[in-house]
Amino acid sequence: MELETLLLSRIQFAANISFHILFPTITIALGWVLLFFKLRYNRTGEERWMEAYRFWVKIFALSFAMGVVSGITMSFQFGTNWPGFMEKVGNIAGPLLAYEIMTAFFLEAVFLGIMLFGFSRVPNWVHTLATFLVAFGTMMSAFWIIVLNSWMHTPQGFEMIDGVAHATDWSAIIFNPSMPYRFTHMVLASFLTVSFLIAGVSAFRWLIGGRTEGVRVAMKTAIIAAAVLIPVQILVGDFHGLNTKEYQPAKVAAMEGNWETDTGVPLILFAIPDEEARENRFEIGIPKLASFILTHDWNGEVKGLNDFVTEDGEVLHPRVSPVFWSFRVMVGTGLLMLLVSWSATYMIMRRKRGIEGLPKPMLYGLVGMSFSGWLATLAGWYTTEIGRQPWLVQGVMTTKEAVADVPAPLVLSTLIAYLVVYAALLFAYIFVIFYLARKTARGEDIGTRIAPSPAAAPKAMPAE
Amino acid sequence: MYYFGDPTIWLPFVFAGLMGASILIYVVLDGFDLGVGVLFPFANEDEKDRMIASIGPFWDANETWLVLAVGLLLVAFPSAHGAILTALYLPVAIMLIGLILRGVAFEFRAKAPAPHKRLWNNAFFTGSLMTSLSQGFMLGMYVMGLEWTWINVAFAMLTAVFLTVGYSFIGATWVIHKTSDALQIKAVEWAKGGIWGLVLGIGAISLATPFVSARIFDKWFSWPEAIYLSPLPILSALLVFWLWSMLRKMPYAGDRRSWQPFAAATALWVMAFGGMAYSFYPYVVPEQITIYEAASAPESLFIILIGTCVVLPTIMGYTVLSYVIFRGKATELRYD
Repeated sequence: MELETLLLSRIQFAANISFHILFPTITIALGWVLLFFKLRYNRTGEERWMEAYRFWVKIFALSFAMGVVSGITMSFQFGTNWPGFMEKVGNIAGPLLAYEIMTAFFLEAVFLGIMLFGFSRVPNWVHTLATFLVAFGTMMSAFWIIVLNSWMHTPQGFEMIDGVAHATDWSAIIFNPSMPYRFTHMVLASFLTVSFLIAGVSAFRWLIGGRTEGVRVAMKTAIIAAAVLIPVQILVGDFHGLNTKEYQPAKVAAMEGNWETDTGVPLILFAIPDEEARENRFEIGIPKLASFILTHDWNGEVKGLNDFVTEDGEVLHPRVSPVFWSFRVMVGTGLLMLLVSWSATYMIMRRKRGIEGLPKPMLYGLVGMSFSGWLATLAGWYTTEIGRQPWLVQGVMTTKEAVADVPAPLVLSTLIAYLVVYAALLFAYIFVIFYLARKTARGEDIGTRIAPSPAAAPKAMPAE
Repeated sequence: MYYFGDPTIWLPFVFAGLMGASILIYVVLDGFDLGVGVLFPFANEDEKDRMIASIGPFWDANETWLVLAVGLLLVAFPSAHGAILTALYLPVAIMLIGLILRGVAFEFRAKAPAPHKRLWNNAFFTGSLMTSLSQGFMLGMYVMGLEWTWINVAFAMLTAVFLTVGYSFIGATWVIHKTSDALQIKAVEWAKGGIWGLVLGIGAISLATPFVSARIFDKWFSWPEAIYLSPLPILSALLVFWLWSMLRKMPYAGDRRSWQPFAAATALWVMAFGGMAYSFYPYVVPEQITIYEAASAPESLFIILIGTCVVLPTIMGYTVLSYVIFRGKATELRYD
């Protein structure tokens, strides 16, 4: 196996899945937010909830399409680039993926059509139900894929027969040790991503003069949701970390940049890990804090990376720098989210001033934070996924074992093609979100998706 | 698991059937919306909007059948999934990029500023074309045994064109059903032009398959199998004849029979697919790996099957529901 093929295949998979996860991260939570808007509308009959619904359902549709098409890529990549994975653990991964397709993909896809275009064709309750089923479908999809991903980190409930994994206990496979933490952490990440997206885009609309009731209500919902959820997320993240320490200590050691097993280990704030010398340069740390966080004891013992090198020199821990840094990016973004959402909530609550209580710098700040959820989510996934290396399934198979023997130039050329397409689409996606925001701020209708045919309605609106 | 005899026999067979069914449903359903994309350059701006409206609520679910088909290949026959997809690495990549382009173009063309709409229309067409061509190419390579030789690639390029024209044909019959007036008349012309692609495609594959493999030749041309199988080509020929005579007189007054070309096209697809399935059984990788050799462990297949028995009828149910809700002529798509 050529090294280049392995590295390029890893980069290609990373590129595909990084691009893909951006959109489910939005749709998982946005589905529920839309259901919330719809239910508020059903309850109160206030137009502002429907106005918020109508704007955000378009972002949902766009994100959903991006998620679907990039997700199809993923299902083929297993076979094109990683055939060893399914050959070895297909008996476990297969049913989980099959359940994702059957219980989630069709549900989402079919009811999305009704949710988007059925409002005037079906009774209101059917439309609300369709909205619920789409939200439920995205959640189910996240559940199954997180089950599989978690199983790759903390595999349980199987036995190896002739080098192939066979399931022995499905409930142990599904409820594997890291699944509840990872699932909760990801769902909350999705809600935070959406909260900051809604807050940011609404702040943008507010700043350019689109001060409608729909904007007001969406922004308030989003800011308060963020403020409530971020401390929960930090707590869940901590639990997740403790779970990782138990099952994947090498990953935690890399996250902490801790080379030697020791007691009273400092929490390193900044360092440049040197993989060759196996030590940190320019280390700045808070004494004993890492021990306290990980063991809840100031003098607790924390495992170091050097414990994960075999006697003949094989390194069984991930490269340190990417894990170390992406972990810090995630935590840093999370803390910034805490700061911003709490100050914004305070400003809204103070003397009940509502959105008018937000000064301009805060509004600009919110706009700047629109995609902060993406940053934190990606950084978090890099931490956990790179942190699992060199394993593909922890302790069962390495990434190297699974890769397809495809010529490196072929992998490289397709990688470049994917990257070009992804860059263009990401640009278009963000551009269109802010374009729709500007358009609604000008008071133009974005309700019509396709211009009516001249025969049906003589006064055709400009096509969008 | 043991109710129906040896599970290592009947489970792979059931899953091959399920996978075949999803591929068939996929080529019919996504076939028509890919075809609509391929026909895009022949329509004017207003017609494009109506063509999109005719597939808008469905395309996403249609594409999910591809995910199910490749998913079943992945979960039920993992080694075949690896063998087929690594052999088809490049066309798969082209197809995926095509699917990405057309999938997002649906949304972008409706939401981007008016001057950008042209760009997204082009992306929609290009994506549909890339997808259709690469699927046709893969079909040809599969039929020829997945070996990258010059003759096989040449044959695959031929099937790429035929499948694309075939998709545009079934797409045109869908447009006939979902539209009226000038666009419908135009679609009848498209269908008349496209039917040859389907006929040539089915013909080419029917002729090539037996000559690639002596095993397949024997399956078709030995006595008495030839008699039992004769309804397949005869019915197909009758269907083509019926389609042609119907298309010549379309549209009928009062929009009568507008659904029939699509139904007949679907029936043709089913025939062609049935013939192929008969040829290749029991192989999943032609002449190399049988479904029984490639199958996952029975206990894993069984747990998927339990879910399938509950979920698949439900999926069918709500898929039909969505076609019922959006029945009739395509109107403008409104969010409210």
